[in-house]
Amino acid sequence: MRCVWLAAALALTGCAGGVLDPQGPVGAGERQVLLNALVIMLGIVVPTILATFAFAWWFRAGNARAEHKPDWSYSGRLELLVWSVPALVVIFLGGIAWIGSHDLDPYKPLPASTAPLRVQVVALDWKWLFIYPDQGVASVNRLVVPAGTPVAFSITSATVMNSFFVPQLGGQIYAMAGMETRLHLQADRPGRYRGLSAHYSGKGFPGMRFMVDAVPPRQFAGWLAATRQQGMALDRSAYLALTRDSENVAPYGYRAVAPGLFAAVVRDSGTTTAKRAIQGRGP
Amino acid sequence: MSATAGERGGDPHELGHDDTVPISERGPAPKRIVVAYGFWIFLLSDFILFSGFFAAYFVLSGATAGGPGGRDLFDLPLVATETIFLLLSSFACGMAGIATMARNKLWFQVAMGATGLLGAGFLALELSEFAQLISAGHGPQRSAFLSAFFALVGCHGLHVLLGLVWLTTMMAQVWAKGFRDDILRRITCFALFWHALDIIWVALFTSVYLLGTVR
Amino acid sequence: MSMLFGKLGWESIPLNEPIPIIASGVVALAILGLLGWVWRAGHFPYLWREWITSVDHKRIGVMYCLLAAVMLLRGFSDAILMRSQQAIAYGNPGYLPPDHYDQVFSAHGTIMIFFVAMPFMIGLMNFAVPLQLGIRDVAFPTLNSVSFWLTASGALLINISLLVGEFAKTGWVVYPPLSELRFSPGVGVDYYLWAIQISGAGTLLTGVNFVTTILKIRAAGMGYSRMPMFCWTALATNLLIVAAFPILTATLGMLTLDRYLGFHFFTNELGGNAMMFVNMFWAWGHPEVYILILPAFGIFSEVASTFSGKPLFGYRSMIIATMAICLLSFIVWLHHFFTMGAGADVNGFFGVTTMIIAVPTGVKVFNWLFTIYGGRVRFATPMLWAIGFMVTFVIGGMTGVLLAVPPADFLLHNSLFLVAHFHNVIIGGVLFGAFAGLTYWWPKAFGFTLDETWGKRAFWLWISGFYVAFMPLYILGLMGMTRRLSHYDVPGWQPWLIAAAVGVVLIAGGIACQIVMITVSIRRRHDLRDAGGDPWDGRTLEWITTSPPPPYNFAVLPDVTGQEAYWGVKAAARDDQKLSALPDYAAIAMPRNTPTGVVSAFFASLMGFALIWHIWWLVLLGFVGAWATFVLFAWRDDDAYEVAADDLAAHDRDRRAGKAALLGLDDGVPA
Repeated sequence: MRCVWLAAALALTGCAGGVLDPQGPVGAGERQVLLNALVIMLGIVVPTILATFAFAWWFRAGNARAEHKPDWSYSGRLELLVWSVPALVVIFLGGIAWIGSHDLDPYKPLPASTAPLRVQVVALDWKWLFIYPDQGVASVNRLVVPAGTPVAFSITSATVMNSFFVPQLGGQIYAMAGMETRLHLQADRPGRYRGLSAHYSGKGFPGMRFMVDAVPPRQFAGWLAATRQQGMALDRSAYLALTRDSENVAPYGYRAVAPGLFAAVVRDSGTTTAKRAIQGRGP
Repeated sequence: MSATAGERGGDPHELGHDDTVPISERGPAPKRIVVAYGFWIFLLSDFILFSGFFAAYFVLSGATAGGPGGRDLFDLPLVATETIFLLLSSFACGMAGIATMARNKLWFQVAMGATGLLGAGFLALELSEFAQLISAGHGPQRSAFLSAFFALVGCHGLHVLLGLVWLTTMMAQVWAKGFRDDILRRITCFALFWHALDIIWVALFTSVYLLGTVR
Repeated sequence: MSMLFGKLGWESIPLNEPIPIIASGVVALAILGLLGWVWRAGHFPYLWREWITSVDHKRIGVMYCLLAAVMLLRGFSDAILMRSQQAIAYGNPGYLPPDHYDQVFSAHGTIMIFFVAMPFMIGLMNFAVPLQLGIRDVAFPTLNSVSFWLTASGALLINISLLVGEFAKTGWVVYPPLSELRFSPGVGVDYYLWAIQISGAGTLLTGVNFVTTILKIRAAGMGYSRMPMFCWTALATNLLIVAAFPILTATLGMLTLDRYLGFHFFTNELGGNAMMFVNMFWAWGHPEVYILILPAFGIFSEVASTFSGKPLFGYRSMIIATMAICLLSFIVWLHHFFTMGAGADVNGFFGVTTMIIAVPTGVKVFNWLFTIYGGRVRFATPMLWAIGFMVTFVIGGMTGVLLAVPPADFLLHNSLFLVAHFHNVIIGGVLFGAFAGLTYWWPKAFGFTLDETWGKRAFWLWISGFYVAFMPLYILGLMGMTRRLSHYDVPGWQPWLIAAAVGVVLIAGGIACQIVMITVSIRRRHDLRDAGGDPWDGRTLEWITTSPPPPYNFAVLPDVTGQEAYWGVKAAARDDQKLSALPDYAAIAMPRNTPTGVVSAFFASLMGFALIWHIWWLVLLGFVGAWATFVLFAWRDDDAYEVAADDLAAHDRDRRAGKAALLGLDDGVPA
């Protein structure tokens, strides 16, 4: 029954663009670890559940055919089994966890022939800012990346804790003020993927989602060119305006970015806003 | 009930002579033991509370946010005087214990009075240190380091203050009621508490003040 | 801000929000109505004398369970709000604005952990542990009453927040910097802080009390290797309380200093470190998980053994497993935030330590399984809960181990998969345990068993409701839905959320059945009477005395000679075809009831409320009042009353008659 349920879950979540439908090597690797661990554990959990039902039913009070051992409470052999079976499973799973932690360390660069695209991510109230330091552009609530190229994220927050998460590309990492965390992801195929904050951050949290557009490299160059042509530059005053509270912000781009902005945000722990807003969140 | 309890269940004092019964099977311990034991458990939990503040202090000891660090602020002679006050106070508390054993009310009051005065002296010195720091602009709002420092030392100071409230209550109780059994148990607990504050202060003096000025 | 009322003013009452106003109005009316009825019917003196001021561990235990049951209704109401909101809020804001929804999920978590699960477990421990140890009360009976009333005081503060001011909008974990003054300027977080600090003080004192009780006061012969399993798990739980709760007190104290005095422990500014809060919170938080589940493991051990008619399989193994869990629970806290980016070695280490806990837990499950093996299983309601638990808990354990694999956790952290996991273990483990314990010990507490028909109906509705409500959440987590969303725009999620809402309806049916069960049982109490004091053919000492037990539990303290104390006595009586010889009765002293607990908690509530609203004079008044209460208590000359040997003998004669009838023996006592 549980296998059917699992299969149904796989099918349904597959169409919905969840973590079981990965579109990149990181997500695929993490899903593999998840499924491996699940299958190993089902191997012990399903028999245990069946045995619970079987034992409870067979040894019911009315069943005269069942063996009755009213004083049986110890068996050295069974004790050995009872401790060693979970221990062996855990040794096996522990190996998977340890190796998986190292193989899929979010800080580890992805193997690729092309140089990774660098993106700096800033969590704000309540939107995401993506800075492309090497390209000199930035974008709010929309992340455009070339498919097939690894992306190296540097993540921080100018406000409370958030978590940067694109379920179909791979696991999340926290965005924290005054700290810089790293994450490496890659989209194998062009497509549009859902991104979100996976850590509750206050009133506008449900609207703190973004789109990831993985596009062919040529189209990416086109997007860069188009972004450079229009909109504002993200200088200090534009950044301060951006730090004001806003919800459900429609995506837009910045044609240029003040150099060193991300480093300044990390250094100041998002306190440029704090000085103006000690009482209460907004300015 | 299996009803043979009279033989060895009721009176644990007599059981002390019976070596054949393991200590864990000799029935309920006497009240005196139980109370002191329970208070020890409480003190252990209090040590854990302090360890939380110690941990926070060590994590944040470098987070001076451009402000002064321990080496710039700590006034070792003052703190050494504080330490002497507190240690002497513990000595006086020990004297009160001896007076209790001798059931001598007068000496108990004298020793407890000395304990309280020395404790109050410690507290006054600590408050003057705090006042100096705050007036110089080095209050707990200045940096995470100073927050952790004030909280850790202040938490100890708060314990001393509560200890003083307890101490005066004990003096009043002995004065009004004499050395009743339950009051004797409370005196034991108070002494444990007062010495425990010493232990914490020694750790605090060493790891915050001494190490803080060396570094 | 005025001197007299601090931050409190008429605008603190959310008159423009109908839901909290109506809810709190209904609750207030119900409470007033109940109080009015109690007063008019003349029950108040009885309640005051026999319950409110009681220092009897059994009555305190019952009051803990009652508090938990009432707060369960409150927490469940929050659950109904959340599930119905999410069921409709696809592409629209639903009926709860974020401001309100965020309070609801924060209150739900806080209430269910601190004011349902904990008081339920502490209540059952209070009731059963001294009886199982064969003693008359806990080590510090008055302190026990203080503990209970402090817990009730915290619960009161949380409920006041519904009407006066607001509750935290931060989630029950109150992570800074969101919970700092800059991002949460209202009183919501302050309500959380003081409610938890006050009830936490009560919990810590319970821990001290029970560790001392179990280690220092046991009946003669009740060595460590003879204690019932529930006493062992209670010992482990209380050791964890003593070791873990001070960490929470310190951590929340620091957050309080940040909010009240402008300190910088966890702020974004001036060197504060929010991740330190997260680390310290979970250094308490993970042991807390075992504080909740270990007593439930103990209950299931008792229930499985009693209703299979067999001793617990692998008793020593179970003790080792319990204590191993107790120790290991302190070295796994980082698995709550693998996604912090601590690095592969750290994540790998904590992933592996977390999995190691699965070994002793697995051992326990297998031992329960072998306890059933070879038994004669009676499917009374407590046993149904136990079997439902075994099946449900292994699923929750499995998903827990999945979350302990760091790469898998990167995908599932903070998702509804996580929400489903911890509800799976807390409902399937702790709550089922509480219900098993409730039906198991109810006859001991009140002298009549609970109605089996309604009990079984409640079980089936609860367990099916659980699966319908939470299996969809696993799926939603895999679909990438994160927790704490008040609305969403992914069409594929809605059908599952509707299914989950249906599950909540089933659980509501289960709760209704439980209310009916209790009502029906009280009506039929004469038919359901437990005359012999041993309705389940029990094996431990609580079944040796009458139902309900006298205030002193045992006329003469039992003398324990084997592992299953009462079972041995019964076997001997069956073999000899007579009860044991009459003991010598000697007068005993019992502690008098005292209002110290309720009065000091009253002052603590005042102090908490005053601190929340910055009413400084009232803070001082509250503190002085609480201190004066203790001084008055300490001044009493006469703190015990005597029970005469004749009264003990008379009561014991009735008890022996009941036992003789139960075992079909001639009681051999002249009339």
